[in-house]
Amino acid sequence: MMQHKYLRSAILLGLLLTLILLVGACATPSAPADTGAATDSGAAAADAEPAATGRGAGGDVNILFWQAVSIANPYLSGGTKDIFGASIVVEPLANYAPDGVMVPRLATEIPTLDNGGVAEDLMSITWTLRDDIMWADGTPFTAADVVFTGEYCMDEEMGCNAASNFTNVESVEAVDDYTVKISFSAAMPFPYGPFVGSTSPVLQQAQFADCMGLKAQECSDQNFYPVGTGPYKVTDFRANDTVVYEVNENYREADKPYFARVVLKGGGDAASAARAVLETGEVDYAWNLQVEPQILNAMEAAGNGQVVVTFGPAVERLIVNFTNPDPALGDKRSEWTPDDPNPHPFLTDYNVRKALSMAIDRTTIAEQLYGAGGTAGCNIVPNPPAVRSPNNDDCVTQDIDGANALLDEAGYADTDGDGVRETPDGMPMKILYQTSVNPVREKTQALVKQWWEQIGVEAELKSVDAGVFFGGDPASPDTYGKLYADIEMFTNTWDGTDPSSYMGNWQCEEIARAENQWLGNNIPRWCSEEYDQLYTELTETADPDARNAIIIQLNDLIVQDYAMIPLVTRGDVSGISNSLQNFQMNSWDSEIWNIADWTRGE
Amino acid sequence: MGQYLIRRLLTAIPTIIIISFIIFLILDMAPGDPTASLPMTIPQEVREQIRESLGLGQPFHIRYGKFMKQFFWSEPLNILEEMTGAQIGDPNRLRLRSWQTRSPVIDLITDRTPQTLWVVGLSYVIAVLLAIPLGTISAIRQYSIFDQLGTVFSIIGYSVPTFFTGLLLIIIFSVRLGWFPSYYDTTLVVHDWPSFVKQIKQMIMPVSVLALFQTAAISRYTRSAVLDNLKQDYVRTAYAKGFREHVVVVRHVLRNSLIPVITLIALGIPQIFAGAIITEQIFRVNGLGELLIRAIQGSDVPLVMTLTLIFAILIVFFNLIADIIYGILDPRIRYG
Repeated sequence: MMQHKYLRSAILLGLLLTLILLVGACATPSAPADTGAATDSGAAAADAEPAATGRGAGGDVNILFWQAVSIANPYLSGGTKDIFGASIVVEPLANYAPDGVMVPRLATEIPTLDNGGVAEDLMSITWTLRDDIMWADGTPFTAADVVFTGEYCMDEEMGCNAASNFTNVESVEAVDDYTVKISFSAAMPFPYGPFVGSTSPVLQQAQFADCMGLKAQECSDQNFYPVGTGPYKVTDFRANDTVVYEVNENYREADKPYFARVVLKGGGDAASAARAVLETGEVDYAWNLQVEPQILNAMEAAGNGQVVVTFGPAVERLIVNFTNPDPALGDKRSEWTPDDPNPHPFLTDYNVRKALSMAIDRTTIAEQLYGAGGTAGCNIVPNPPAVRSPNNDDCVTQDIDGANALLDEAGYADTDGDGVRETPDGMPMKILYQTSVNPVREKTQALVKQWWEQIGVEAELKSVDAGVFFGGDPASPDTYGKLYADIEMFTNTWDGTDPSSYMGNWQCEEIARAENQWLGNNIPRWCSEEYDQLYTELTETADPDARNAIIIQLNDLIVQDYAMIPLVTRGDVSGISNSLQNFQMNSWDSEIWNIADWTRGE
Repeated sequence: MGQYLIRRLLTAIPTIIIISFIIFLILDMAPGDPTASLPMTIPQEVREQIRESLGLGQPFHIRYGKFMKQFFWSEPLNILEEMTGAQIGDPNRLRLRSWQTRSPVIDLITDRTPQTLWVVGLSYVIAVLLAIPLGTISAIRQYSIFDQLGTVFSIIGYSVPTFFTGLLLIIIFSVRLGWFPSYYDTTLVVHDWPSFVKQIKQMIMPVSVLALFQTAAISRYTRSAVLDNLKQDYVRTAYAKGFREHVVVVRHVLRNSLIPVITLIALGIPQIFAGAIITEQIFRVNGLGELLIRAIQGSDVPLVMTLTLIFAILIVFFNLIADIIYGILDPRIRYG
């Protein structure tokens, strides 16, 4: 085998030089095709309308992720890209559809209070599994696999990144071969964490049985080639490069999937990924096209593909530091304790925070910097519509005069005539404003700085490498959790459609501080008794409408106190070729959640 | 010569150990977190568990010792086992694993090496083949039209960055003309004529971008080395003896001029293995350079460490080779 390779290489090398000349001379503009298999199969499918149907009739479909897939086991993934790549193979009991509604996948229906699947006391949920599902290796899928997956992820040594899906889970047990009961240690009004959505799919017990705990790290074959129940199986996994998937013959729907092979290429950057789908038409689907709107629009004008955007829960926001980040404080810097809230010299003043928010023109940021991928946002919980607060929409209007008046009234005046206001104590209003290195964020910073100057607040800008900023190194002064700045900016979001655990982030007990190694989720160090009480009420309420109402109230408490200042509601932006059909963009789950339904047409 | 060789080999060992320590120290001090690219939805406590599972909680000297043992003992044994098929010692010995993929680092590197050798190596071969005649002719015909054009070409090749020429080629040949694919398909297997043509097509752009840059550099060195020698007395003597020009140039001038050029070429070879980070990124050639940059971005310490250490070893090794070649080509050095 090796001998052959070398022989081939030698011949290749010999012919190469002559060929470079040949190709250069012979290739004419009249033969432009052959830029990947996509065009061949596309042409074939276009011949007959409706296109040929049936399993594997569609040839190849090419996907481009500019962040390449590193591992096909979502429980050990290093990012969204891995979870999406795995979602082609392994499936959860239920998915979130693009409208945010759960649809059963390996289960027969979604358990609810009404159909008795969720216990009256909210302490357990019982899933009934489909009995006609086969793993790709031909063995039946049963409750034992679900139970195993639960144990696999809940093992503390394993480092499971979906561990928060299993919050409060006491046990996962098989009632019979096709019934799984999940019991909780506390009442769970939203019991759909485990096994719902692409972050927590079911793995095959037979394959992963030897990969529990610390051993999970060593199971390369299992992690690269998981046996799944999905429409495809991995046939070639090249870590951080290309994954090739082929049809799973045991897939439950006989006439699906339409494409025989999925080639998921990785690498490069967002702009070149956009070019490959929109301009050269080499790929059918490219994920996460965070590209400047002007460039993206110009590429889309080439007419080979289109940009698709959906909006989910992601919001770019400013975090206001309620504690004092003065470097002179040493260890007490940005440090909050229940006895000593260490207040910020002026950001603890409601009027200042309000003025900072009023001075920002969110529409300009959204239109100029985010394009189709963002809209002016006034809420921390922007979606789904049922939990979107209608009470804050006036933040969209910029009001520099109003902000100036507010600061004047509150006693902040420019006493020394340098253009920067001083607090009544004589401290100049200078703000250190940090974010992660990212062109869009840095441009946002520049715009905001300019508006704040107009209200007499000076901003010093700082950007930190994303790997450090979002990292959790307790020794680094530059992490977002430490917040050694007055204001910082990033996007936060939550998994699935239910924001209740997300809302728990801003309780007083969640404040990030030395005691919890700055791992707390309450980054602004904002503490409100009213909020905590309301959040407790949320955890005790089961009625969906009442819960939605409380979530809206919680959102309003944060936003109307300007503890966080939302800027832009961010959409998910991807590109698809014109010939790809039945692609359903999804902000609540994997974007390729319905790959079994994809087809090609004209 | 033998003693010289042994002395050089012995000094190489502490050099490599010191390099490994420095790299490990720098990587350890560098901020960065392998869990930083996880989605924001994953809470901090979970990230902490993930870091623990990667062994980040252990003290520095233990991690360094572990790495050294894996790199210099376990992995070579594993490679030996794979090559011979024999079982040596403990079958479950700890392997050096990448944090991003949780797979053995060596597997990732062997996956990537062919692409890098093909694209970067080929461009180097082309560059050497073009640059030596180009530089020699430029020197002999100093200030001729050929020399002037060669100078312009070299300055352009050397000063225009590869990220610019790369994008330019993509826009002309992929977007406008549609001749070549804008990205490199690593799954392509050459088994017949059409797939061979495909392979050529996807290699043309990255190879020419890199070859342009390297040709420029090497041809400049050749030119100045030849120019230096042309002024020497022995050249005048050779002409005086009645040798024809090509004999003087090929047999005397070129042989002497190539000494520094060969050193330059030998020292450039480790860079082939290091890949071409920018060019590989632009054309999505998934080679070693691309692997390294992704590993750095993802704070994948074992992978960064292994790659940089392998590069360091290669550099030390090729320095040695260059010195030996020098000795063979130039007796003055051997006996000096």
